[in-house]
Amino acid sequence: MIHPRSLFAIAKSFQELDTIAEIPKEEYIKKCTSACAGCSSSLNLRYVLKAAGPDTVLVVPACCTSVIQGIYPNTAMNIPVYNVAFGAAAACASGMSNAFRQAGKKTNVIVYAGDGGTLDIGIQAMSGAFERGTDFLYICYDNEAYGNTGMQRSGGTPMGARTTTTPTGKPDAKKDIDAIIAAHDPPYMATACSAYPLDVYKKVQKALTFRGPTFIHILAPCPPGWRYPTEKTIEMGKLAVKSGMWVLYEREYGKLTISAPSKAAMKKQIPLEEYLAPQGRFKGIDAKTVEILKQRIAKNLKRLVAEEAAP
Amino acid sequence: MKKIATGNKAVAEAVKQAKPSVVAAYPITPQTEIVETIADYVTSGQLASRYIPVESEHSAMAACIGAAITGIRTFTATSSHGLLYMHEMTNWAAGARLPIVMANVNRSLGPGWNIWAEHTDALQERDTGWLQVYVATVQEAYDATLMAFAIAEANDVLLPVMVNLDGFSLSHIMQPLDTVEPGDFIPPIHLPHAIDTANPTSYGGLTGPNDHFRFRWDIERSMRASVQVIEATQREFAKRFGRTYGFTEDYRCEDADVILIAMGTFGKEAEVAIDILRKEGIKAGSMRIRWFRPFPKLDLAGKEVVVIDRDYSFGSGGVLATEIRAQTKQEVYSVIAGIGGQEVTYDDLAEFVRKRRMGTEFWFGVNANV
Repeated sequence: MIHPRSLFAIAKSFQELDTIAEIPKEEYIKKCTSACAGCSSSLNLRYVLKAAGPDTVLVVPACCTSVIQGIYPNTAMNIPVYNVAFGAAAACASGMSNAFRQAGKKTNVIVYAGDGGTLDIGIQAMSGAFERGTDFLYICYDNEAYGNTGMQRSGGTPMGARTTTTPTGKPDAKKDIDAIIAAHDPPYMATACSAYPLDVYKKVQKALTFRGPTFIHILAPCPPGWRYPTEKTIEMGKLAVKSGMWVLYEREYGKLTISAPSKAAMKKQIPLEEYLAPQGRFKGIDAKTVEILKQRIAKNLKRLVAEEAAP
Repeated sequence: MKKIATGNKAVAEAVKQAKPSVVAAYPITPQTEIVETIADYVTSGQLASRYIPVESEHSAMAACIGAAITGIRTFTATSSHGLLYMHEMTNWAAGARLPIVMANVNRSLGPGWNIWAEHTDALQERDTGWLQVYVATVQEAYDATLMAFAIAEANDVLLPVMVNLDGFSLSHIMQPLDTVEPGDFIPPIHLPHAIDTANPTSYGGLTGPNDHFRFRWDIERSMRASVQVIEATQREFAKRFGRTYGFTEDYRCEDADVILIAMGTFGKEAEVAIDILRKEGIKAGSMRIRWFRPFPKLDLAGKEVVVIDRDYSFGSGGVLATEIRAQTKQEVYSVIAGIGGQEVTYDDLAEFVRKRRMGTEFWFGVNANV
């Protein structure tokens, strides 16, 4: 079977790493960001940029990263960053990618957008860019709320989570953006989590070998938003994966592979309560909502396992 | 080369010769013919460019912004609701100092759906930092589009330029068009702040009050400097190609007692009305405002002024009349006419002058006098 996007693929070889120690030492984010203590999205970005290397432009809509990079005339970023309006990142990247390719340049164009800028206000521009086969990598770092404006609910907020606009817990389920992206049939898409930097690094490296639109959805736990102590930021990501609340996988030309940390987690799944209890945003969540979340986890895992097993 | 073309085709022809590397656009009546023609040029290899068929006008301008910041030439075209939908990004384009050229085919705003001419769409973009020129003939649509690239990309300007042409009454009418060989009339683009991965920086990030204020002033500084660039570009165009343009186009104004002022096609049709009035012994002249931003310095001292607005700012007045009053400190007879494609004949234009009542506002076809 010919995948429609395979027409756009180019073979660009890369060295797959085995250990975190092999990740390049070059830093593209300097130690002068204005990120919150324990911020995992800036940690994600650190590994994203290490994997992408210096011939990269980052397109950033309104999100935490608009602030994290520093205040003019200073910048913590050691690659060009183009900041653009909230709903415009994918369209802006689309123009940029076309301009670079028209000029014969191979420069990586990476959108680095939050869940609000991806699942909500940016979804139209993103859908358009994927449909048009734009040669870019779209990364959604997902802290499951509008963090930059002080934690309002977004389409990415899970059911039951308290935010400043859902003070008794969000009544609606998290939007399944990955299913929406999958419907665009990109040559490569993946999920990742800041608690697994080597996995993030490898997935970014792989995504950038494809010509065409690629997508990585990275869960980024947020201490002030999720209300847990800053030193638990890695642990929180691991609990998300171990409980099955977040599943790591990649889909290459439509073929799904569940990533090793999630495979291991599925063999020894921890109770969801172990993930929910340390987070202030789930304080007082009722038993019925927990049950709905558990059902969603089971349904999602079943669906992914079946898809992976399918010929 | 002499041919016959619509206003839309004339714009597309000029764009082909200006050779933008990226064109991103979304269809909207009555502009669509421009982008269809450009898409055809790209597909048939007549224009070596990337045509991005975006999913909205907001994305059209965003894509032009993303492309332009790499240091290449870009173009888009829109109209009416399309222009309003990209409003957030038109502000971004000017603030980011990107010399994007856009054709806007002036059309009314809903509701209800009306696809005919009106200037309120572009005038709602008045304060964005875009240069705006309003044209009145097919030839001028072509000439102004070519000049727009040279003006926008001039180092003293580096602001986007909007070329406005009236929906249907110019976009879809056929007139003679004399195309030129532009040669080096538009120099190669050089964007001093283009993205360079070897020299990385952040663009448009968090900016404190003092710096932000300075950047706003810098837009105005360039807007003021653009006056000389426009004059020089129009002079150079006249020298090379023999057609002369100014900030305004004045017709029989020298000895006139009363001046009829308008933008777009009304401004050109006014010349016929002036001839009618002159035959009646009325010493009238017409002035067509071509450049609305930067707004030209007008000398109307000692003359009565009749202003036709094909637009309106509710609760204030005709936008052009308001600008003229503010700048010249003169009272005008403000006529609101032609909105939503309302038919206005030469005789109607002449009648506005005959029945002028200085200091009042008149809505044509609605009431005798407001």
